[in-house]
Amino acid sequence: MHVALALFVIAIGSVVFHLLSPWWWTPIASNWTYIDHTITITFWITGLVFLAVVLFMAWCVWRYRHRPRQGDVLYEPENKRLEWWLTAITAIGVAAMLAPGLYVWSQFITVPPDADEVEIVAQQWQWSYRLPGPDGRLGATAIRHVSDDNPLGLDPQDPRGADDLMVQGGELHLPVGRPVKAVLRSLDVLHDFYVPEFRAKMDLIPGMVTYFWLTPTRTGTFEVLCAEMCGVGHAFMRGFVVVAEESDYRAWLEQQQPARPAAQLRVPTMTER
Amino acid sequence: MADIPLDRVAETATTEVEDLALRHPHGWVTRYVFSQDAKTIAIQYTATALAVGFVALFLSWLMRLQLGFPGTFAFIDAAAYYQIITMHGMMMIVYVLTAVLLGGFGNYLIPLMVGARDMVFPFANMLSYWFYLLAVIILLASFFAPGGPTGAGWTLYPPQAILSGTPGQESGIILMLVSLIVFIAGFTMGGLNYVVTVLQGRTRGMTLMRMPLTVWGIFTASVMALLAFPALFVACVMLLFDKLLGTSFFMPSLVELGSRLEYGGGSPILFQHLFWFFGHPEVYIVALPAFGIVSDLIATHARRNIFGYRMMVWAILAIGALSFIVWAHHMYVSGMNPWFGFFFATTTLIIAVPTAIKVYNWILTLWRGDIHLTVPMLFALGFIVTFVNGGLSGLFLGNVVVDVPLSDTMFVVAHFHMVMGIAPVLVIFGAIYHWYPKVTGRMMNDALGKLHFWVTFVGTYAIFFPMHYLGLLGVPRRYHEMGEASFFPPSAQMLNAYITIVALVVGAAQLVFLFNLLWSIRHGREAGGNPWRATSLEWQTPQTPPPHGNWGKERPTVYRWAYDYNVPGVAQDFIPQNMPPEAVALGPRLATGGVP
Repeated sequence: MHVALALFVIAIGSVVFHLLSPWWWTPIASNWTYIDHTITITFWITGLVFLAVVLFMAWCVWRYRHRPRQGDVLYEPENKRLEWWLTAITAIGVAAMLAPGLYVWSQFITVPPDADEVEIVAQQWQWSYRLPGPDGRLGATAIRHVSDDNPLGLDPQDPRGADDLMVQGGELHLPVGRPVKAVLRSLDVLHDFYVPEFRAKMDLIPGMVTYFWLTPTRTGTFEVLCAEMCGVGHAFMRGFVVVAEESDYRAWLEQQQPARPAAQLRVPTMTER
Repeated sequence: MADIPLDRVAETATTEVEDLALRHPHGWVTRYVFSQDAKTIAIQYTATALAVGFVALFLSWLMRLQLGFPGTFAFIDAAAYYQIITMHGMMMIVYVLTAVLLGGFGNYLIPLMVGARDMVFPFANMLSYWFYLLAVIILLASFFAPGGPTGAGWTLYPPQAILSGTPGQESGIILMLVSLIVFIAGFTMGGLNYVVTVLQGRTRGMTLMRMPLTVWGIFTASVMALLAFPALFVACVMLLFDKLLGTSFFMPSLVELGSRLEYGGGSPILFQHLFWFFGHPEVYIVALPAFGIVSDLIATHARRNIFGYRMMVWAILAIGALSFIVWAHHMYVSGMNPWFGFFFATTTLIIAVPTAIKVYNWILTLWRGDIHLTVPMLFALGFIVTFVNGGLSGLFLGNVVVDVPLSDTMFVVAHFHMVMGIAPVLVIFGAIYHWYPKVTGRMMNDALGKLHFWVTFVGTYAIFFPMHYLGLLGVPRRYHEMGEASFFPPSAQMLNAYITIVALVVGAAQLVFLFNLLWSIRHGREAGGNPWRATSLEWQTPQTPPPHGNWGKERPTVYRWAYDYNVPGVAQDFIPQNMPPEAVALGPRLATGGVP
């Protein structure tokens, strides 16, 4: 009896907890509301299945618990009809979650052609950023160029890099409402650029360039976290993204200094300024 | 499901072996230490794995103390925290769950359940355990090595795993990799035994489609492990070369803390592919034996045939096959080609279908049964709740775009603990309570068992269910403290403290289990040969505990499947697999009596 009751309480309690939980996702600050919708759909479907399964189980445990009555146990090795019905219903439920998921994924990986590029560079244990200068293009980089004077490894021969703007250890500013493609690079180990409010995240991998895109939809200052284990400083690898109105963004951009070619590439970090 | 006509089975002669053909022990050492008896090896495996499990449990206490009360315990700094979580994870997944379910239950149950006298290669089987023990010793040695054990996370991702920013890079990572290599070598010897014994060692009449689902689960998992572990093996060897010989299999050119290293040209993602090609099947290597065992627990204690046996077998095989083409769902945000996402999300969600079928069939077995709420049954019920919860949260993480915000957060930690941590552990407990009387001849204490069940089941659910919501909030995993963050309210830290307190209680309840396990060896109630009145062969041995050779002079002959409970028109409410049709007493159902 108390077993059935416990199962009942767990089924109902889980749903009540879900509905009343003060811990929920942060208000979104990007265009990825579709992701939130897909999560909501998944919560509904899985929640109903969970309720149905556990409540049915609780009822069975109560109704068919051992009592001094014998002979009414059903001997039924299989029931093809019932099994196929259940399989079909499950397949439909799975498709109902997968279809929107794949649709949103195709959007997630298709960067709009007009997106601004910004490079995010990770190293143990700080974030740096590089913005294309007036030419709108980022210069080439390579690990072999990394030095004290050239911390992000810009190729000194590449003219496209001469006007790139660099933010080392400071905040990344983004204009609200404009799609941005984040191009990701790591100098040492795996990292992951994660802003909970953006929903999007992606690993940064030494030796290759990865990307994701988003459109910031509200202004504010948001916490950047590293979400891929990167050594002892992992939990302290934080930063901020500031999403600002176009005019404020412009003002910030004015203050950033372009990389000069070759030996004088180094830009003072925010803390030094 | 008598798919072979009974008269044909009855005609074939029973199998006898000359006593000389068995490698009987000659003394204390060959009986209890270097034993070639699968049952002794099973106990050695289980005891060693349980010991490792208690170390891992203790480590989980330490990590929970740090998360619940950050900064209170000065000896748990960031480096120690990473070492703790790494060792906890690797120990639980490989050295506890895999070892208990395959090495422990596989060894004990396969020969008995298929009516064999022993594993087909008893010497290799013995060697398998000693390799395992050596692997455990190497792993534990890293606690005492300079720099301590590795803190690379159980996934051991390079480049971080072998660089100086990670604790334990002096020797811990080397010991970890060597230990895994030894473990895999040892497992291969055991695994081949399990597979060949099931294929070749079955007794007369034990067709594949009459095998208990426990055997099906362990058999399929062993085949999978033989195919999946080699990927981890080569990954470990290559990473060891990168670390010791300066090769660059996984190492691109990089700058470490300001200085350029010699490496160049390797691919960190290659390691992830190899790791998860092992790592995802590994989830099912743990889950499938648990699925099988829980099916048998439910059927036996609900006194009803397992519902949809054939579908259950096909589901096990389908899950086993599909699990080899879903590995990259662990890598949606790893930077691999994003087009892979479509394929791996689809295959991953397809696995939900056979898995759901198994769940339906378990609860449909309860339906219209005669449910005895014994301790093994309680654990089986707890497993279903936990597994369904963890399986459903897997539908979030498998669905590529939904995974993006949740990946690498506490949601993932909560999910995999539910589905492949707690769920199989509950089955292991249930199975130990269930088969203990066969192993020792005595029952475990019922009241202590129930106490253990309630604290463990309710406690772990109370730990891991709310943990999902920390992940939803945005708390990343593998943070030894969250510190200040705008999205992290004080209430979330209170939740962390609450989880820690529950974890301490649940951990302490395992001591009740340990006490019960040891105390009952001497003081448990006498069990008799078949206390649960079960049908499968291991309960029909002439002696309990079964001696070496299991069956005395004559191996049993099997006439039916393992699920003839409450067959209409039969007097007893169960018919053992080896009971000849002419011996089955017909008539009105006898009062059960004597069933706990």
